[in-house]
Amino acid sequence: MNEAIQLIIFLVALVLLAPILGKFMAKVFMGENHLLKPVFGWLERSVYRVSGIKSEVEMNWKTYLFGILLFNFIGMVFLFLLQIFQVWLPLNTEHLPNVSWHLAFNTAVSFMTNTNWQSYSGENTLSYLVQMLGLTVQNFVSAATGIAVVLALIRGLTRKTTDELGNFWTDMTRTVVYVLLPLSILFTIILVGQGTVQTFSHYITATTLQGVHQVIPLGPAASQIAIKDLGTNGGGFFNANSAHPFENPTPFSNFLIMLALIIISAGLVFTYGHYAKSKRQAWAIFITMLILFAGGLALSLWAEYSQNNVLNIAGNMEGKETRFGVMNSILYSVTTTVTSNGSVNCMHDSLSPLSGLVAMFNLMLGEIIFGGVGSGLYGMIIFVFITVFIAGLMVGRTPEFLGKKVEAFEIKMAILAVLAPSIVIKLFSAIACTIPAGLAGLNNAGPHGLSEILYAFSSAAGNNGSAFAGLNTNTVFYNLMMGFGMLIGRFGVIIPVMAIAGNMARKKITPESAGTFKTDNWLFVLLLIGIILIIGGLTFFPPLALGPIVEHFLMNLGVTY
Amino acid sequence: MEKRDINQLFTREIAVQAVKDSFMKLNPSVLVKNPVIFIVGIGAVMTTVVVLTDTFTGHFSNFNFQITLWLWFTVLFANFAEAIAEGRGKAQADSLRKSRTQTKARKLINNKEEMVLANDLRKGDVVVCAAGDVIPADGDVIEGIASVDESAITGESAPVIRESGGDRCAVTGGTKVISDKIKIMITSEPGNTFLDRMIALVEGAKRQKTPNEIALIILLSGLTIIFLLVVVCMPAYFSYSLTASGLPQNQNLTLPVLISLLVCLIPTTIGGLLSAIGISGMDRLLRKNVIATSGKAIEAAGDTDVLLLDKTGTITLGNRMATNFLPAEGVTVLELADAAQLSSLSDETPEGRSIVILAKEKFNIRAREVQELHASFIPFSAQTRMSGVDIKGPDGKLLQIRKGSSEAIRTFVQNNNGFYPKQIQNIVSDLARQGATPLVVAENNKVLGVIHLKDIVKGGIKQRFAELRKMGIKTVMITGDNALTAAAIAAEAGVDDFMAEATPEDKLRRIREEQANGHLVGMIGDGTNDAPALAQADVGLAMNTGTQAAREAGNMVDLDSNPTKLIEVVETGKQLLMTRGALTTFSIANDVAKYFAIIPAIASMLYVTTSGIAPLSVLNIMKLATPESAILSAVIFNALIIIALIPLALKGVKYRPISANRVLALNILIYGIGGIIVPFFGIKLIDMILGFAHLI
Repeated sequence: MNEAIQLIIFLVALVLLAPILGKFMAKVFMGENHLLKPVFGWLERSVYRVSGIKSEVEMNWKTYLFGILLFNFIGMVFLFLLQIFQVWLPLNTEHLPNVSWHLAFNTAVSFMTNTNWQSYSGENTLSYLVQMLGLTVQNFVSAATGIAVVLALIRGLTRKTTDELGNFWTDMTRTVVYVLLPLSILFTIILVGQGTVQTFSHYITATTLQGVHQVIPLGPAASQIAIKDLGTNGGGFFNANSAHPFENPTPFSNFLIMLALIIISAGLVFTYGHYAKSKRQAWAIFITMLILFAGGLALSLWAEYSQNNVLNIAGNMEGKETRFGVMNSILYSVTTTVTSNGSVNCMHDSLSPLSGLVAMFNLMLGEIIFGGVGSGLYGMIIFVFITVFIAGLMVGRTPEFLGKKVEAFEIKMAILAVLAPSIVIKLFSAIACTIPAGLAGLNNAGPHGLSEILYAFSSAAGNNGSAFAGLNTNTVFYNLMMGFGMLIGRFGVIIPVMAIAGNMARKKITPESAGTFKTDNWLFVLLLIGIILIIGGLTFFPPLALGPIVEHFLMNLGVTY
Repeated sequence: MEKRDINQLFTREIAVQAVKDSFMKLNPSVLVKNPVIFIVGIGAVMTTVVVLTDTFTGHFSNFNFQITLWLWFTVLFANFAEAIAEGRGKAQADSLRKSRTQTKARKLINNKEEMVLANDLRKGDVVVCAAGDVIPADGDVIEGIASVDESAITGESAPVIRESGGDRCAVTGGTKVISDKIKIMITSEPGNTFLDRMIALVEGAKRQKTPNEIALIILLSGLTIIFLLVVVCMPAYFSYSLTASGLPQNQNLTLPVLISLLVCLIPTTIGGLLSAIGISGMDRLLRKNVIATSGKAIEAAGDTDVLLLDKTGTITLGNRMATNFLPAEGVTVLELADAAQLSSLSDETPEGRSIVILAKEKFNIRAREVQELHASFIPFSAQTRMSGVDIKGPDGKLLQIRKGSSEAIRTFVQNNNGFYPKQIQNIVSDLARQGATPLVVAENNKVLGVIHLKDIVKGGIKQRFAELRKMGIKTVMITGDNALTAAAIAAEAGVDDFMAEATPEDKLRRIREEQANGHLVGMIGDGTNDAPALAQADVGLAMNTGTQAAREAGNMVDLDSNPTKLIEVVETGKQLLMTRGALTTFSIANDVAKYFAIIPAIASMLYVTTSGIAPLSVLNIMKLATPESAILSAVIFNALIIIALIPLALKGVKYRPISANRVLALNILIYGIGGIIVPFFGIKLIDMILGFAHLI
C-alpha cells in the first residue's frame, strides 16, 4: 500500500512539474524574459563576450550540425587526453595510474555521447580532476548537445520557408546557464542535506569489527550526481552508482533522483508544445510516452512480484537495496532505462527475466520514452514521422506533420535514424556472441549470457549506459565495439535528425482543415504506440526470444543456468 | 464510356495475358525496380540452388522444396498483380486506340492537297478535313467551322462545333468531321498526343513513380533492410543458444528457414501490390474519361484543399430559367404571362423555353401553334437585344410583343411613343440586386411587366459541397457576374467563397495567393486565357472542348468536358493514397502473427528441459502442428494474401466523404486491427490443410 502511494506521488509529481519546467525552458530558448535572467544573465553575456559568440546570428542546419560535431569532437579528445595523462595532472590524491588507451577511448566517447557507460569503477580508476573537469563538464555539455539538437528540430518543424534553425552556441549556453546549472545547484544542496558526500579529502581507512582494514572512497560526489541524473548521463561517481549509500542515502533522495532522471526530458515535450503553439500536440506525445512507461513498469512489477520458480519466492530482493525495496528498485530501473540515464539503484543483472526484458526493450526502442534530454524527444519525433507517413496516407492526403508534408527525404532520414542504433544492437551483439573475444567476458551461461551481451550493445546504441553487469567489458574488444556503438547510436541519429530539421524548415505550412491528419488526439497516440511497438520493438523479437523471453519460460519451468 | 462494366475486374484475355507477363517480369532488370519483391526473388533463387544441390547429393527435402515453390509463387503473384493492372489499363487504352487506326490525311503543301499517312504528320503541318474525314492528329482549327463527332473519344453522340479562333478551336485526333470543311494546324508530334501519353502511362512502360510512391518505396526498403539485419544476425544468436543448450552447431538455422523468416517479415504484401495500385488509380481516372498526363497529378489531386470552380456549368446549370412574372401596374399577371409565352413560343433558347414551361406550370397556358396565330417570330439579335413576335390581329392591327433587356425595351416603347414606368425600373434594379436577370416584356408601346430569370443551382451540388467541406476542401466559385449576383448564388449553392467579375488574371492571382498560404489548388478551365492559371494550379483540369493551349497547360483533360468532374478527380486521388496507406498498414500489422508462427518453430529444439518441454513452445499460441508446417504455413499465407488483395488494389479502398479523422479510425480498424487478427486465422487454417493433406 505504502509502495502504491509512493508510485502515485511520483507520477503525479511528474505530470505536474513537467509542464511548468517545459514552459520555463521555452522562455529561456526563445530568448524571452524569465525568472533566472536577472540572476544568471551576466553569466550568459560574459560567455558570449569571452568566446566572441554572436548570439543572435541564426544558423542553417549544416552550420548548426558542424558546431555540434566540432564541439563534441574537441570535448572527446580533451577527455581522452586527461585520462591517459592523469598521473602527471593535479588532484590525483590516490595516485591512480594512467588509463589504458582503449578504456580512455571508451570512456571519452561514453561521456561525450551522454551514454556514461562505465567499463571501469569510478573510485578506483579516475582522479578527482578527470571526474570533475572531464566527466562533469561532459555531463553538462553532452546533455546540452541533446537539447540543442531537439531545439533545432523543433524550430525546423514550426518555422516556415526558412533556413534558420537558431544558433548552436547560444542554445548550448542558455541550456547550461539557465537550465542545467541552476537545477544542479538546487539538487546538489538537497542531496548534501540528505547525506550524499561532497569532499576533496583523502579516502578514509576504517577498521571493521572483524579487524580488517577497509578503504572507504570519498569525493565530490553530490555535485556530479546532480548533473548525472538531471542530464540523463548516469555515470556514477562510485561503481555501485545510486545503490551506493554515499550517492543515494535515503528513500527521499531516491525519490528525488528518480524525478531528476525524467523531469527535463518530460519538460522538453512541453517546450515543444510552446514552440508549436499547441499544448495538445505536446500532451499527445507526453501521454504516448507515459503509457509506454507505465506499461513497462506494470509488466516489470508483475514479473518481480510473481512467483519465481527457481528461488521459490515472490518479490525477489536479490540484487536490490533493502533501503528501497522492490517497487522503488523497479521504478528506478524502468525510469533509468526509458530515459537513457543508465544510473542504477539495483543490479539489473538480477532482475527477473521479464523485468530485464522491459529494461532492455526500453533501450532497444532507441530511448524514446522520455529518453535522454533532447535525444528522447527527437527520437520520438522520428517515430512520429514514420507513423504519420504510414497512417497519414490512409486519410487520402500526402502525409503531413504540423502542416508540413512528410516526403521521401524525411522518410529516408527517419529510416537511417532508426537503422543506425539497430545495426549496433543486432550486428555488434551478433559478432560478440560468435567470437571468443566477445564470449570471454561472460560470467553467466544459458540464455542470460545472450541477454547480457544484447543489453550491453542496446545500452551503447541507446546511449543509456546502464549495464546488466555480469559481463566484463574492460577489454580491448568491448571497449572498442562499445565505443563505436555509442558513436553510431548518438550521431547516426543526430545527423539525420538535423537534416530533417533543415529540410522541414524550408517547407510551407498547410493550414489545418477537416482533411488534415490530426496528430494531437487519442487515435494518434494509439497509432504511435502501435508503430513504435511493431517497427521499433518487433524487429528485436527474435533475439529477445532467445534471450530474456526463453529465460522467463525456463524460470517458470524451474530451470536455471 | 459509362457503359463499360467497372465492377468486372478483368476479362479472360486480360488474365491469360497477365499470367504470361508474370513470368516475363521475372527478368531481373525488371524485377529490381521493386526492391522488396526483388529480395524475395533472390531468396527464391538461393533456395532453388539449395534444393537442387540437395537433390543431386541425395538429401532431397520435401520441406525445402515446398518453401522454394511458394517463394517463387510470391514473386509471381506480385508480378501478376502488376500485370493485371497493366492489362486493364491496356484494354482501356486499346479501346481508345481503335479510333486511331491508320488514317490518311490531306496535307496542304504549297496550297496543294497531298495524301499522306497520319503518322507522318509533324507539328506545324496544315491539313484539310472535310465532312466524313477522320481528323488525323491533335490540332487547332485555323480556318472554317465544322461540326465534329467526338463520340469515339467521349462517348457523347451529339456532335460539337469546332471553329477557328476563340476557345473552341481544338480538335482531337481520331474524331470525325460531320459537316463543312476546316483547315487544321497539327499541334503534336506523332506518338506524343494526349492519347499516346495516357496509353503509355496506363501501360506502365513509361510510368514514372510518383513522389509519394517513391517515399513509400524508401520506407519499405528501409524496413526490408532492418528485417534483413535481423535475419542475418539470427544464426549468430542461434549458434550461441545451441552451445548454451548443449547442442551441436550443425543444427543451426538452414538457409531456406532463414529466407522464409525474411520473406515473411519484409512488407511483401504492399511491395507486391504497390505498382498495381498506382496503375489502377490511373485506370480508374481513365474510366471516368479523364486523361492525366502524369501519375503525380493524380496524387496532387488527393492533396488539393482548395477548388476553384466556374459558376456556369459546374455550380449552376448552363442557362438561366424563368421563375416568376412581375406585372406592371394595371396589368394582370395572367396578361403578362400570356404575352410572355406568346413571345417565346418560337424562341428555342433555353431561357425562352423556360418561359413557356413556367407559363404552363403557373397559369396552365397551353402552347399555341405559331402558324395558326399568323405570327412571325422575331429572333434575338445583338443589335436589338430583343426577341418576340409580330401577330396580325383579326382587326388587321399589328401586335408587336417584345422581351429583352431593360435598356432595349425602353428604347422600343419610347420609339412607339410609349413611356417606361418608374415602377418597372424599380423592379428591374431589385432583381439585379438579388442576383437575377430581369427580362422586360412590352406590347407595342405598353410595358407589361418583368420576367424573373434566375441562375438555377444544380440539384445535389449543395450536398456535394458539404461533403467536400467535411473532407476539408474549400470551394471557391468563380464568375463574371457582379458581386451581388455572385453572392446570392454562392449562398444558395453553399460554396465557401466566391470571386465576382473575375478575369483570368484574377484567377491566376488567387491561385498564387492560396498556394503562398500553403494550400494546394485545383481548377478547371477551357479558354486560352485560362492557360496560365491552369498551369499554375496544382491540379489543372482542362476541358476537352477547350483550346489546345488550355489542354497543354493543364495536367489533366476531361474528355466529357464536364466541369463537375474535378470533384471526382479529387476523390480518385484520395482513394489512391488511401489504398496505399491501408495496404502498408495491413502488411506491417501482419508481422505480429508471423512472428508467433515462426519464432517458436525455429526455436523448438533450444533449451529443451529434461521432461522434453521446449520453453518457447508457449509462444505457439496458434498451436501449429509441427515447426515445418508452421514455417510453411506462414510463407504460404504471405504469398496467398497478395492474390487475395489484388481486387482491393485494383478497385481501391472504399471511399467515403467523411472527415480525415473518421476515415482514419475506420481504416485503422479494418486494415490495422484486421491486419493483426486475419493472419492468425489464415496461418492456422493453412496449417490445418497442410496437415490434413499430409503435405508436410
